[in-house]
This record gives sequence, C-alpha cells and structure tokens, in this order.
Amino acid sequence: MIDLTQLTIKEAGEQLKAKQVKATELTEAYLDRAQKFNKKLNAFITITEDIAKEQARKVDELIADNQQLSPLAGIPIGLKDNYLTNGIKTTAASKVLEDYIPVYDATAVTRLKDANVVFVGKTNHDAWAHGGSGENSDFGNTLNPYDVTRVPGGSSSGSAAALAADMCMAATGTDTGGSIRLPASFCNLVGLKPTYGRVSRYGIVAMASSLDSIGHLTKTVYDSALILNATAGHDEMDSTTSTEAVIDYTQDIERGVRGIKIGIPKEYFEGLDAKIKKVIMDAVKKLESLGAEIVDVSLPHTEYGVATYYIIQPSEVSSNLARYDGIRYGSGREAFGSEAKRRIILGTFTLSSGYYDAYYLKAMKVRRLIREDFTKTFEKVDCIIAPVSPTLPFKFGEKANDPLQMYLADIYTVNMNLAGVPSLAIPAGFIDGLPVGMQIIGPDFTEKQLYQIGFAHEQEAQLYKERPKI
Amino acid sequence: MKYEPVIGLEIHIELNTKSKMFCSCSAEYFGADPNTHTCPVCLGLPGALPVANKVAIASAQKLGIALHCENLLSSKFDRKNYFYPDLAKGYQISQYQEPFSLKGYIEFDVNGETVKIDVTRAHMEEDTGKLAHAEVENKKVSLIDFNRSGVPLVEIVSEPQIHSSDVAKGYAQKLQQIARYLGISDCDMEKGSMRIEPNVSLRPAGSNDLPQYKVELKNINSFRFVQKAIEYEITRQTEILEKGETPALETRGWDEIKNKTFSQRAKEMAHDYRYFPEPDLPPYLFTKEYVAELKANMPELPDEKRARFIRDYQLSTYDCALLTTDIDLAAFFEDTVKAYPKGEPKRIANWIIGELLRRLNESQTPLSSLNLVPASLAELLLLTDEGKITTASAKEIFEKMITSGKNAQELIKEFGVEAITTDKLEEVVEMVIKQNDKVVAEYKAGKEQVFGYLIGQIQRQTQGKADPKTAADLLVKKIKK
Repeated sequence: MIDLTQLTIKEAGEQLKAKQVKATELTEAYLDRAQKFNKKLNAFITITEDIAKEQARKVDELIADNQQLSPLAGIPIGLKDNYLTNGIKTTAASKVLEDYIPVYDATAVTRLKDANVVFVGKTNHDAWAHGGSGENSDFGNTLNPYDVTRVPGGSSSGSAAALAADMCMAATGTDTGGSIRLPASFCNLVGLKPTYGRVSRYGIVAMASSLDSIGHLTKTVYDSALILNATAGHDEMDSTTSTEAVIDYTQDIERGVRGIKIGIPKEYFEGLDAKIKKVIMDAVKKLESLGAEIVDVSLPHTEYGVATYYIIQPSEVSSNLARYDGIRYGSGREAFGSEAKRRIILGTFTLSSGYYDAYYLKAMKVRRLIREDFTKTFEKVDCIIAPVSPTLPFKFGEKANDPLQMYLADIYTVNMNLAGVPSLAIPAGFIDGLPVGMQIIGPDFTEKQLYQIGFAHEQEAQLYKERPKI
Repeated sequence: MKYEPVIGLEIHIELNTKSKMFCSCSAEYFGADPNTHTCPVCLGLPGALPVANKVAIASAQKLGIALHCENLLSSKFDRKNYFYPDLAKGYQISQYQEPFSLKGYIEFDVNGETVKIDVTRAHMEEDTGKLAHAEVENKKVSLIDFNRSGVPLVEIVSEPQIHSSDVAKGYAQKLQQIARYLGISDCDMEKGSMRIEPNVSLRPAGSNDLPQYKVELKNINSFRFVQKAIEYEITRQTEILEKGETPALETRGWDEIKNKTFSQRAKEMAHDYRYFPEPDLPPYLFTKEYVAELKANMPELPDEKRARFIRDYQLSTYDCALLTTDIDLAAFFEDTVKAYPKGEPKRIANWIIGELLRRLNESQTPLSSLNLVPASLAELLLLTDEGKITTASAKEIFEKMITSGKNAQELIKEFGVEAITTDKLEEVVEMVIKQNDKVVAEYKAGKEQVFGYLIGQIQRQTQGKADPKTAADLLVKKIKK
C-alpha cells in the first residue's frame, strides 16, 4: 500500500477524485503522524482531531455523491495559530491569548473551508509572529525536522516543521519580514509571500499591517499554486486587498523559463556565505541552461532595509498590540513575552512626538526608495533571484539572546515586504544535510510567473522528494 | 487688570448614517440594549479590519463645503493611539495630517451683528464605546457598552477667535443649523449627537498673544449650559489671574445642578497620541469631478434660504431669519404659501412665527414631532377668509391642530366655533340695540367710546363667534337707521 503521507497535494487530490483513497484515510494518516511527531517537534499548539475527521467525512460524502470539488478537498493542512478560527482556540502563540476562542473565521480560513480542506491543527510560531526562529513562542520551541538541534526558521516555525515532517500536506503562514520564506528555506519547502493585498488579512492577528502578507508553505510549487487559487482575491472586509483578477495559478505552470530574464542583484550576493552562494548560483545556472537569461542588477537601497523595517514594523506592532490591554482578553500586558515588549517599546518610541520625523517618517521615505529599486529593476528583468537567509538553520540559543543578530537574519527578506512585491521561496539544495532556499521575486501580481520559474527548477532539482530523518 | 477671553470650540457631530464608520453594524444605537450593535470590527477583535463608510465620508465632505473649507483631494485616515477602556482597539481611527476639509469659516449673527469665525479643520473619526459604572453582586464594577463604538463623527475645530460666550453659542448654533440643513446629523445635544468642548483661557485685554494655559470644558449638553460654563470659567479664571496665579491646564466638566465647572483631569503635559497613517485603509485620492458633484448636489443652506426668502417673499430679514432657523419650519412656511391660493406670505409668516414657532419654543419640541401639515394651516386661513370662523377662533383652532394633529374642519365641528351667519348676526345686533337703548343714545350723542361696549355685548350673545369687523359694520348701519 502507498504511504499516504508521501503524496503531494496534486497526487492526493487525483487519488481522492478517482476514489482510490478516502479523505478519512488520508486524514487519519496525517493525524497519526501529527500526534506522533508533535511530541518531538512541538509543531502544533492545537491538533483539531475531531474537526479534521468531521471535515474528511463530509468530503467523502461529497465525493461519493460525485460532486464537483476543489482540488484541495480533503487535503489535510495546518493553520498558523494567528489565523482566527471560529470556535477553535487561536493563541497567536502568546500567553496573552492562551485561552482565546474566536467568534469568527479569517477570510483565508473561510476560503479554505469553502474548498473543503481538512484542518489538522493550529501550528506553533513565534508569539505574534515576532521572530525568525520560532524561539519566541510562549508555547515552546518548534524543532527543525532536518536537525532537531536547530531552529526551523520563523516565525511560521510550526507550519514549516509540521509540513517537513509530513504532519500535514500544506500549512498557512504570515510573512511580515520573511516569516514564511525563512522557515521554508530552513525546512526544504516552498513558501509563498504573495503580493501585498493579494490575500486578505481579515481575521489574521495583525502584526505590522502595512507589511503583513498572507501566504502558505507547501512541498511543491504546484501545490502552492493550488492553495493560492483558493485564498487569493479581493475581500470586501479588507480594504487593502486588490481587485486585480485572480487567475488559475496552476495554468501553464510548465511553461518553462525560455526567454525569461532573471536578475541577480549584487547586493544580495556580496559577502554572502560562499557555500550558500554556490548552491544558489548552481540553481540559477540550471535555469540558465533551461533557457533563462541571467542579468546582473543592482538594488542600491537594499542595505537600508533592515533599519527601515525595524522602525516601521515595531511602530505598527505597538499600535496593533494596544487592544490586548488586560480588560477583555484575560491576561494583562505583563503576559507579553520579552520580544513583544521590546517591539512595543521600540515602536512607541519611534512614533513619539519629537522622534516621529526622525524615525517613522524617514523610514517611510526610505521605504519608497526601496520600492523604487524594485520597480526600476523590473523594467529590465522579469524577476530577481536572491538568497532567503544569510545562514543555514542555526542552533537553538545561538541568536536568541542577541536581538540584533536575530534581526539580521531578515536581511534578505524584509525588502520585499517593504516593497510589497511577491516572493516565492523554493528549495535550492543542501549543505551538510541542511536545507538551503532561494527566493524568486517578481513585480506586483506576478505570482503566476514566479510559479512557472519555480516549477522549472523544481522539475530539474526534485528536492521536494527529500525527507528528513526523524 | 482687564482680561479678554480667548475661546476656541471643538465640536463633535455624530453623523446619522445607517451603518457605522468602519463596519456594517447599525449606527442607530440610541436606546438599544448594550453590546447588541457590535461585530468583530467595532469590538476591535483580533484580526478585524476597518472598511470605510462612503456615505459618512461624503457627509463629512459636504459639511466641509458648507463651512467654506478647502476640500482636500488627497486625504487619509490616521491612528490616534491612547488607552481608555471604552476604546476597543487601543487607538482611534481619526484624521491628523490630511483631513477631508481644512480652513473654512462660519458666519452668523449675534445681537444684530454679523460675526465670522474661522474653522481650522473638519475631520472624521470614529466614536468610542461608553462606560457605565454599576454594582453587580455588591461589587462596584465598570461595564463597557460598545454600541457607540465606531459610529461616525465629524470634529469641527475653530480658531481661538471667540471672545464671548454669546459668540460661542452663536457659532455652535449656526453649525447645528448647517448640519441639520445638510441632513447629516440630528445634532441633538441631549442625546449626545452634538458635543461641544470649549477651550477657554484669558489674556490681558489688548494683547494678541495666546495664553500659556488652556482649560477644556466637557460634558455640556445644551447651548445654555455652554454659555453658562464659559461665563463661569471667565469669572473663575479672572479671580485666579488677579491673585497673580495661572489657572491649571486641565479638563473641567460642567455640573448643571451646582452651576459650576469642576476639575476632571489635569493635563500636566500634552498627550502624545503617536499619530501615524492608518495602514488598514489606503489613502484617498478624490477627483475634482467627485468634489464638483458633491458641490452640485448641496442642498440650499441657511444663508441662501434666508436670502431667497427675503427676495421671493418680500419679508423682513428678521422674519426670514426666524423662518429659516429650522429647515422643517422653512419648508412648512413655503408649503403653506403654496397650498394657500392667495399666497400672502406675510400673513402666513405671521401665523408661523406668532403662533407655531412661539408654541414650539414654549414646548421645546421640534416641528417634525408634530402631526401638522401645511395644508391644514392653509385650510384654516381659507375658512377665516370665507367668514366661517373668526380670526380669534382660528388661533384657538390652530393651537388645537398643533396639539391634536386633527384638521381644521374636524376641530371647528368638535368645538362648535363656526362663525355665525350674517343673517343671524343681524338679529343679534338688532337685539343688542334694543336691549341697550340708553347706551345707543349716548353713542348717537357723540360718546363714541361706548361702541366697544356694544360690540362686547354682541360677542357675548354669540359666544365670540361673530366676526368683529362684520359686527361693527352692522352695528353702525343699524344704529344709523
């Protein structure tokens, strides 16, 4: 019998449709693994066994009734615990919301429910999505399935670990400064940070509203496109969502890269760890051999990204976390962890009168320049390829006590959030058994093209077939 | 030393939109059970996002136009960050740098003189919830009602150009009148849909500098109290200044029982609201066409209406000012003129000002609460013209119309006040002459003042149903015979 937990979403969907596999069987297989490995990896804060079984039963009924279903029907997925789920505890991985049960679903959750996916559980992450390693969770560290002494990357740490360890077939994430792409990179996964406004933020615990991008992690590029098909699109509940038409992101995914101009930004490779650089440049060469044109480009304001990001982001954080004032959510503000407190204090400071102009306003001006870097570059090339992380997955505690070092882990990812452009992180290779990712960045709303490029590489590299030994 | 008051007004107007500012909850919360008009957005639940109410924005912009403001084509919302238990999100969505409207003015009459006060800005924001302090199971608790949370408000800020409580009151009343003309708010001070916060300080007379301190007055629910609170503050602050001290920077409330202001909150330093652009709402870029359309669709405003009344109806400025105080009253006037075949605007104006407006003022009720239609007044006037009732009875009937809502015919029958016919009146006159032959003789001898007595006798016999003019004519005629 086939191992159901080794299938891609595309494969599983086909088998479900062909009635070769039942959704309940698929769900049981993932639930078993989730329960078994969660003890070891701490990827889920809540496993929603009953709900998952009920959802799967419903899908089996619909299939038995020969109903036309979404390709995601019956697919077991994890939801980052900052996605509000009606009736299911949603903690944002913070003690402040330890017992919080929402009264409504996030729009992304509603859309996934409409596609009849199965919810395995709510995944762990850095509290309030603050962090790059998962170590800021108030519910304990999530371990990297590829090396349990190392971090899985954050903030979507649980989503990445659960997926890499086959505890679900996909998992949702939020990417404010790299929180989907970094864990994808650390766990050999595909992670999409969509264009800002492509997926609704409604019902997702806000971190930094002007930067929050709602995306997901999958094993393959095709699977990522399938999920985006369900979640993308205008939402009247989120004024910042775009009315740009949603297209079938899987269509023409095998188009290839012939004639595609790929920019290699020097700022992202100068000083980059030689081994990581080689892995990524090998991947780029692969794409070149498939017909892409490689062009050297420059995004001159790159170096200001982290500084800009760590002014705008905490400013918005300080305001967004104000509502957890101890009156309505049980826990008082002392229940915030030290990273949240640090950001509240930083943001309160940078917005204060007398400092606003020097920090927030200046940062907003630099943000515009950073966006211009991208728009100008995209006049010359179709996309940009860059590393995701300056390092390999690091050891627990290695950066946890040095916030600045931790913030610098975001050096290659924050600029896309500041610019609002989409970025697809895909596996690029391995170094000493540890995954290395790279990101393909494109102009606004070019997710489809990013998928085509990612898919071309994936067909060659087949890295999604790698499995951690746990 | 003589002091001059320096007063600026911050006035909040609650818009009467169907739904709230940033969600689809009903904004008509008055009297509703606590927390029944709420949703994730106005409760500030995690993940909830605002979606701006376009009608509310247009209302705020119309007000800006009516206040002669510059309507900004580029505008945005900002977050005003502060903590208060009734503030669901820990910040209020407001407008800081680029409000919908800037730099206008309000012109109004005070004691016969026209005053013009500059308006600094008119911006939109959302209302907060409301705290209630109660006792539950013998414990003193504070309860929060979020029904009002997210109801759209426009805040109109004046320049500190006001120097008397009369002008402050006039300014606020004119603003109320304009907002009501626009139909954007009830501006009911008692219900809190209009809230006036005067900032009062004093400076040596003749000085042009702004005083170093400012006292903000809050929780005032009538124009009269606005005036009284300002007067009280002027006296209080004068006394402090005369002692060589400076009044404290503070917020003071108005105690309407003790007739005095009291300290609510000291403002040792300016509150730092840490404003920044609201990231959940994209900035606005309005087109010139959009603003032009708003302007084209503006209703007639009080000053325009008054000017038109003076022109079209040939009435005095004073009468027209009274008739246009309230948009409903003005419409009542115009509709009555239309319904009454002879027109006669002056006569109708007298009726409305002398009878209707007086009663409305006495009973403190708005015209809209009455079941009175212009056609009823027109009918009443016609009946008077036809001699069916006397003018005196007509006034009584009108009063009954106002209170009962019944029409003239019904009331005339009900109260039996039909004027008696000329034939019948002739009989009465003859009878009165017969019964008072002595008096008639005196009259004939030149003692004209007894004429009134005879008329009085006629009215007594007819229970006042005789038309005074007809009666007098008949009397003269019959005596001469």
